[in-house]
Amino acid sequence: MTTLAHKFNDTDPNVRFLEEVSERTAGVSRLEMCIQCGTCGGSCPSAADMDHTPRMLFALIRAGMREEALSSNTPWICVSCYHCVVRCPQDVHIADVMYTLKSMAIQAKLYKDSTAPDFSQTFVDMVETYGRSYEFGLATRHYLKHFPLRMPSMAPMGLGMLTKKRMDITPKRIEGIEQLKAILARAKQLEVVS
Amino acid sequence: MNKYLFYPGCSMDTSARAYNESLMAILDVLEINLAEINDWNCCGATEYLGINLIPAYALIARNLALAAKQSNGVHTVVASCSACYLNLAKADHYMGEREALNIHVNDALAAGGLSYKPGSLEIRHLLDVIINDIGLDFVRSKVVKPLKGLRVAPYLGCMVPRPDYKKRWSDHEHPNELDRLLKALGAEVIDFPLKTHCCGGHMTQISPSTAFELIRRLLQSADQYHADVMVTVCPMCQMNLDAYQRETNQYFHTNYHIPILFFTQLMGVAFGKDPKELGFGRELVKANQAMNRIGVETPTEEPKAQPRRKKPTGLPMPAMPGEVGEEE
Repeated sequence: MTTLAHKFNDTDPNVRFLEEVSERTAGVSRLEMCIQCGTCGGSCPSAADMDHTPRMLFALIRAGMREEALSSNTPWICVSCYHCVVRCPQDVHIADVMYTLKSMAIQAKLYKDSTAPDFSQTFVDMVETYGRSYEFGLATRHYLKHFPLRMPSMAPMGLGMLTKKRMDITPKRIEGIEQLKAILARAKQLEVVS
Repeated sequence: MNKYLFYPGCSMDTSARAYNESLMAILDVLEINLAEINDWNCCGATEYLGINLIPAYALIARNLALAAKQSNGVHTVVASCSACYLNLAKADHYMGEREALNIHVNDALAAGGLSYKPGSLEIRHLLDVIINDIGLDFVRSKVVKPLKGLRVAPYLGCMVPRPDYKKRWSDHEHPNELDRLLKALGAEVIDFPLKTHCCGGHMTQISPSTAFELIRRLLQSADQYHADVMVTVCPMCQMNLDAYQRETNQYFHTNYHIPILFFTQLMGVAFGKDPKELGFGRELVKANQAMNRIGVETPTEEPKAQPRRKKPTGLPMPAMPGEVGEEE
């Protein structure tokens, strides 16, 4: 029984890191089932830009290396293509684990570059305000903050999208926005699945 | 007449307007009736899931709850956008798989007077419905202008064939559904090896070099196969490959010119619809040369602007032909 007692008495949060990640993932993550085969990294179209391949990241999680795992750029570079998910021999919900790691990194403020979290947060702000996405507002706010120098080369594209009526200058608001806000406000009180 | 509940998603009214226009134009030919879910909201794309779990699922589930309320005997929700399709399917699937998620999401929905029982709706992509409910024989019987001589790269992207919770697709990496549909329209379909590879998704906004590389791979492959056009089933794929083709070319000093069309646009052409009604001309990489090659005149500029309707809530969604009783 010593191992069990150790588990419950240990106050080091890193000991339970794997459990925590798994618990906070939608569905049954199956992260504990990873056999470190590396099929995920080998299938990944954006692995070249990642600090750690998914396999390495999962090894960090199992080793309780919270800070390293949550400051890795890997979840932010994941493009949610689900190639690894369908190839994983252990059916680990890899893409969903990546979403969990992003939200945990935001909470712990452990991401290295704020471009991706800011983009997600701005997108979500627009959706929470209007109930619909608002691309013009999102693009303007995001580019001014993170890619001001890219704006000249983006201009023809942005103009094309506007003149071809593929981007609206004004946002659309759903009728039930107050209902949606009430739902989201309650949801935010229910953060962790247990 | 096949009846479905319809979740268009935000892009259909903005960046993927051509998808919406062409879909609306072919509904009567396909004998499909789509009832738009009343006052649906954004599905959160891939953004909300990475911020906060329960709110992200509650946001998606509001749509499922509204759809179930409006169902009236129709239990299939059709989504035209890949990310919307996956998010709706994901919420339904995981709420069924994990009781704690189901309880929390329904707790949140209750704050808005709503509820959703996982499994009560069937979530399907438009292409799946056309292939499996309408059928290729029916589609073939409606073709009046076969797309003979048009070399097409069929491009599905990621989120339709994967993760495929309900095993609806012929393969996760090389499904043949879109190929078969385009062949039924008379097109010359290339065996596109990257048909389910990633377009870069939101990386165009976050890590442009990552996105440009993924876009380049797709363009290069389609070009190697001498495709006249690439055909997509997803607003995000179309947007990335079309709107960022110019920037990708600049980045790699390449000179690709591959028009990116929606499959519904080519269906409309094959069904003899006027290309002006099918959203041609909205693409930034012009498709008129490719279409001229098979004797189809398409506009290069967008159709004349409709008179603006002024409403404090913004522009309404286009009305669906033959909307069924969803008025409360």
